[in-house]
Amino acid sequence: MSDKKYWQTFGEHSNSEAFQEAAANEFREDLPVEGLDSTGLLDAKTPRRDFLKYLGFSTAAAALAASCEIPVKKVIPYVNKPENTIPGVADYYATTFQSGGDLVSVVAKVRDGRPIKLEGNELSSITKGGTSARVQASVLDLYDTARLRHPKQSDGNSFQEVTSLEAFDQLAATALGSLGGAPLVILTGTITSPTTKEIISQFLAKYPGSRHVQYDADSYSGMLLANEAAYGKKAIPSYQFDKAKVIVSLGADFLGTWLSPIEFARQYAAGRRVTDKNAEMSRHYQFESLLSVTGGNADKRFTLRPSETGPLALALLAELGGPVSAPALDGRLKSAVQLAAKDLSAAKGSALVVCGSNNPHVQLIVNAINEAIGANGTTINWAAPVLWRQGLDAEMSSLVADMDGGKVGALLVYGANPAYDYYDADKFRAAIKKVKTTISFNDRLDETTELCKYILPAPHFLESWGDAEPKTGYFSFMQPTIAPLFKTRSFEDSLLKWSGATDTYEAYFKAYWTAKLGGIDGYEKALQDGVVEPAAPSTGGAPFSSAKVSEAAAAIGSMKKGGAYELALYQKVSMGTGKQANNPWLLELPDPITKATWDNYAVVSPKYARDNWHIDLGDRRQADKFEVHPDRQVVSVKVGGKEITLPALVVPGVHDEVIGIAVGYGRQSANKDNTADYIGKAVVGAGRNAFPLATFNGLTVEWSAPEATCETTKEFYQVAQTQTHSNYEGRTEAVKELTLEDFKKSPDEILNEREEELKPYGGLKSFTEQGTLYGVYDKPGIHWGMSVDMNSCVGCGACVVACHAENNVSVVGKKEVLRYHDMHWLRIDRYFSGNLQEADSIQTVFQPMLCQHCDNAPCENVCPVSATNHSSEGLNQMAYNRCIGTRYCANNCPFKVRRFNWADYTGADSFPDNQNGIISDATMMMNDELPRMVLNPDVTVRSRGVMEKCSFCVQRLQEGKLKAKKADRPLKDMEDVRTACQQACPTEAIVFGNANDKESRIRQTRLENEGRLFYALEELHVLPNVNYLAKIRNTDVIQGKAGEKKEETAEKKA
Amino acid sequence: MHHNRLIAKRLFLSILLSAVFSIGNGLLAQDGKALFQANCASCHNPVKALTGPALKGVTERVPDSKLLHSWIRNNQAVLASGNKYFNDLYASYNKTAMNLFTTLTDPEIDAILKYVNDYKEPVQAGPTPGAPAQEGDNSLLYGILTLILAVIMLTLVQVNSNLKKLSDDKEGIPAMEPIPFYRNKVYITFVILILFVVGGFYVVEGAIGLGRTKNYQPEQPIYYSHKVHAGTNQISCLYCHGGAWESKHAAVPSLNVCMNCHAAINEYKGEKLFRENGEEVNGTAEIQKLYAHAGYDPKMGKYTSAGTPVEWTKIHNLPDHVYFSHAQHIRAGKVQCQTCHGPIQEMNEVKQFADLSMGWCINCHRNSKVNFPDSAGNNGNKFYSIYEKFHKDLQPGDSITVEKIGGTECQKCHY
Repeated sequence: MSDKKYWQTFGEHSNSEAFQEAAANEFREDLPVEGLDSTGLLDAKTPRRDFLKYLGFSTAAAALAASCEIPVKKVIPYVNKPENTIPGVADYYATTFQSGGDLVSVVAKVRDGRPIKLEGNELSSITKGGTSARVQASVLDLYDTARLRHPKQSDGNSFQEVTSLEAFDQLAATALGSLGGAPLVILTGTITSPTTKEIISQFLAKYPGSRHVQYDADSYSGMLLANEAAYGKKAIPSYQFDKAKVIVSLGADFLGTWLSPIEFARQYAAGRRVTDKNAEMSRHYQFESLLSVTGGNADKRFTLRPSETGPLALALLAELGGPVSAPALDGRLKSAVQLAAKDLSAAKGSALVVCGSNNPHVQLIVNAINEAIGANGTTINWAAPVLWRQGLDAEMSSLVADMDGGKVGALLVYGANPAYDYYDADKFRAAIKKVKTTISFNDRLDETTELCKYILPAPHFLESWGDAEPKTGYFSFMQPTIAPLFKTRSFEDSLLKWSGATDTYEAYFKAYWTAKLGGIDGYEKALQDGVVEPAAPSTGGAPFSSAKVSEAAAAIGSMKKGGAYELALYQKVSMGTGKQANNPWLLELPDPITKATWDNYAVVSPKYARDNWHIDLGDRRQADKFEVHPDRQVVSVKVGGKEITLPALVVPGVHDEVIGIAVGYGRQSANKDNTADYIGKAVVGAGRNAFPLATFNGLTVEWSAPEATCETTKEFYQVAQTQTHSNYEGRTEAVKELTLEDFKKSPDEILNEREEELKPYGGLKSFTEQGTLYGVYDKPGIHWGMSVDMNSCVGCGACVVACHAENNVSVVGKKEVLRYHDMHWLRIDRYFSGNLQEADSIQTVFQPMLCQHCDNAPCENVCPVSATNHSSEGLNQMAYNRCIGTRYCANNCPFKVRRFNWADYTGADSFPDNQNGIISDATMMMNDELPRMVLNPDVTVRSRGVMEKCSFCVQRLQEGKLKAKKADRPLKDMEDVRTACQQACPTEAIVFGNANDKESRIRQTRLENEGRLFYALEELHVLPNVNYLAKIRNTDVIQGKAGEKKEETAEKKA
Repeated sequence: MHHNRLIAKRLFLSILLSAVFSIGNGLLAQDGKALFQANCASCHNPVKALTGPALKGVTERVPDSKLLHSWIRNNQAVLASGNKYFNDLYASYNKTAMNLFTTLTDPEIDAILKYVNDYKEPVQAGPTPGAPAQEGDNSLLYGILTLILAVIMLTLVQVNSNLKKLSDDKEGIPAMEPIPFYRNKVYITFVILILFVVGGFYVVEGAIGLGRTKNYQPEQPIYYSHKVHAGTNQISCLYCHGGAWESKHAAVPSLNVCMNCHAAINEYKGEKLFRENGEEVNGTAEIQKLYAHAGYDPKMGKYTSAGTPVEWTKIHNLPDHVYFSHAQHIRAGKVQCQTCHGPIQEMNEVKQFADLSMGWCINCHRNSKVNFPDSAGNNGNKFYSIYEKFHKDLQPGDSITVEKIGGTECQKCHY
């Protein structure tokens, strides 16, 4: 057993030989020199002559190329310049991100007519300016090459273009006119827009017997039904995690994917913001089957089978004195329940229990628990119910039955894709064929749309007018940020037209809101702000009825007990339910826990590997069997007659008897060969569809199955994981963690540790001067600094995608990730600690790692051409045009944050042979003209053979300084300059600014948190400009500090 | 004695007073010109009717100075009051609204009016005869001198060798077979060396200059003369290139900016215009090209079509990896346009003045002073207050250069 307390990989955990070897090799492979076979440069035939030939040829070619005429460039001004547009200056428009039911108020940055970046809208009291990875990536969806470019109609075999919208209107009118009284159904995702709802009901009024069905792929029917039973409202309340001192989550991944993760992450972080003076934070219990982002952040985490969620909720209610009897649970969970119940009842009125189950009975018990701990009206707010999930699974189920029975005359599909994400998609596919008229408004030929007869694509939300009501009384508005790229028309416009109205949706929308908001001024202000919210937010409870509690308890009691293995479906932070599946930024975003890209897989526990593959991952030699090669054992998971085969990935902290699979992957057209054209090039081969494995309990669709089998096949499949490379070569851990109690007792513990460590070099005070042979320089003017609070960072990955979008970071594709060529400037290092055989003991730490902009940077000293050097503002600068690609800098970087362009990912070289056969289709797709519109014109697009890395968003720094200069004033902290990662972060974990400014937030943060402040690998005397604030866990033991003793005893036991 | 002193005193006072007045007048007139150019010149000329009427003699046409002042400040109010003269004038200029200048003070308006009334049309002189020949270009002279010296040297060497031969003959030293100079190894080495140095110099020079386009002067789709606009008519650069104040791009103006003036100015009557090749240009025809692009029918005085943009040829091209901001230089750095673009007000067809190389940029950054407040009354840019201490420590009494606050670092321009 190694003395590694924190580990990123199993190899690192056991310090295996392969790991040691890999640690010594910075780059796993030599530069690809063509035509040298494996013989090596010196043994190659006639290398000198060839060299001279190439030299001669290239000199001649360069001379020839250079003597060519310089191309003539044109500059074409507007004929009539819009009044407030200045070429080269970005405009910002408030609008609303919309995908599935998810709604986030955003501000779109529009440069010279093209939206290129989304930021959170700080005026929204729901998200308060936070974003998620999916929101950040959605701007790329606008430029998706697979979007439909014009209306189509199907002749049964193929799709023909409908040449004009008028022609389409005629087709639709004929088709809808010949229904002969058969009802028409509009099938959509959840719609909260007041105008759209009105337009739908006006339209439906023309077709008697017709209805509107809302369907959510990630359904919250269970909650809706339970709340109807308990509170008489088929709605979901707002949760206030910031007001909760004790949070218990039963499988709800509320920081990653559950209900409103941006809002919750912000609240959660607010309730856990610790400073030296104020060391108070909430305590978070997580009961879950797999290891989620939320579980990784939990103070106390317990694993259970999905089928145990109900009994556990019952036990908790019983422990809190509820009118139910506790079912039998194993001892471990029983004591956990007692612990949680004790804390919950101690914090009555400021405690909260949430549950991720979609079973109405379980949710009803959770409601009763919340009632017992006084959450109703305090941490649960019924005054502003959440509206973005309204779909009821039973309605969808009866719609499919109606369609199957030929009772539906016409189906209009908008924003829903049940042929892919419905649990019984086969039945839906069969049923839709029995509907006479089918019209789809989806943006591409997705699984459902290709079954429809008429297709009229709706524009992207960045091209549309619209509104949304995320919570009752809270409105968020959409306005076009670009003229529609294709011949599309909004769903609302079509319905208006077909119901005989003469208004366009824009006029309708304007009239509606002008009337509502008291005149044109109110309307314009609403568009400018993007949101309209109640002046004074109210909090309140709802009367609770316990009538159905015993019924629910009985139902839970009679639920099926689990078999040998249970299945749990989950959503990845990046992919969700697969609405944005063709988004290379999201596909390449490493999963926060597994660090895998481009695929989904079966998540299994280390015990599963030992039992089924006879690999003990705690063992030095055996770990290599699993880890060294990216080839993963393919397993076949069967649930009730349905089967999918996919690779298995061992993840510590997963319940020993649970198999987890992420939904949202495996998008595929009916004819596999059409997938690239219909759904997108990037989705081809990306995972398997797990939706069919969900089960329907008669009321709701549940993402779990009590009985599943998981058989190992003989096949292997490569899963591209990051973070299996670039490690710190056995140096002291770069993370620090404390329990809340220890921190309260001795707030200076870390400070003393640092002092002790640096003592031989002059101690903390004079370490800078005495720790080095080099001279020490003044830092006048600006000195940029960043602080990352590891107690606030939840690991969601919004910053990673924001960095992609802001800095034109290229997508390399799965093949290149497999070769450790990923290009992320900012990565989130995930560390495990604890005993890997004991799922409950696993603790997870997230550490965003980016260029530390060291004031004594090791990379700068070794660059032979001085392409990387230091600025007077503390930036570690990278001049791409100077770089000759020696990669010495990456070799010498202790943090492994430098990224090399191994291939021509961006098409910057203009030699197509540098891309052919090397670059994956998804990356090639990013080089198309359309996705290239998303590139930030203020940042160089790097070419092959060049090193790159985080620049602290220097283009924003330059712009911010200029803004101050233009206004003839000093730099304003937190206003002029923010990095992309800082702005995207939903939890405000990143603080950035001028550390020389005494008033700046970065300076204040560092002063107020002296006790938690540390620098990664400080002893190296690289003097980073990025500091971290240690993670504080409100628990009894920090596994990473508990040392090896406990691990060893545990291992003996095992 | 006493009397004399009194006279002297009076004399002194009156001289002083008149001096003060004349200086004052000078200042007033000076201000008037600046104010006129800043506020009025884009629509008015003292002697020519442009978008607005010619202004010379306006005080005679409108003797009521109070009315005139209020007209200049807020013409809309005067029109609304129903003044006949101004309403007629307004109608005769197609009801083109005049901007409001509410912030102009009475003395400022007086200064403008004085400048306008005293304005004399500059005499249209051809190129000044006897202007000094191009300065600094003495290379021809040096070349001839070098050649003469080389010939003298060669002759002397030959003379020397002949003398040596003579003296050798005298002293009986046997003469060597004379080697013709083209087989003389010394000569050959010498020539090769010179060829290598000179050739190398030009090769390196040429290689460095690859992709640089100093003196680039393409023909543009419309013969637009900066000399006529910025030189003769004194239109401020920022009137058309307003982007330079706000943005990284100075930006070529959109056609609606051109039409602000050209809706009224439909013919060219100034001095003759010539292309570089000597061909004469019909200015009025060029204005017609503008109308065609803008979709404007000058006969009807109306826009009849949506118009098409003009595809100008871009002259000043920076490489893609250079991020240059006009606003930074013009607004924060107070650099004049001419510093980089040359005497643009004298160019009929624009020509690239500087080579726009990195060395050229860096040199300027090394020499330019940071815009700090100084004793001469310049307030400086307050952004730089964070460098104040640094500024005072380093060079008391003087300003520090842009380089000293990081102006030559890579990521100031490359990112």
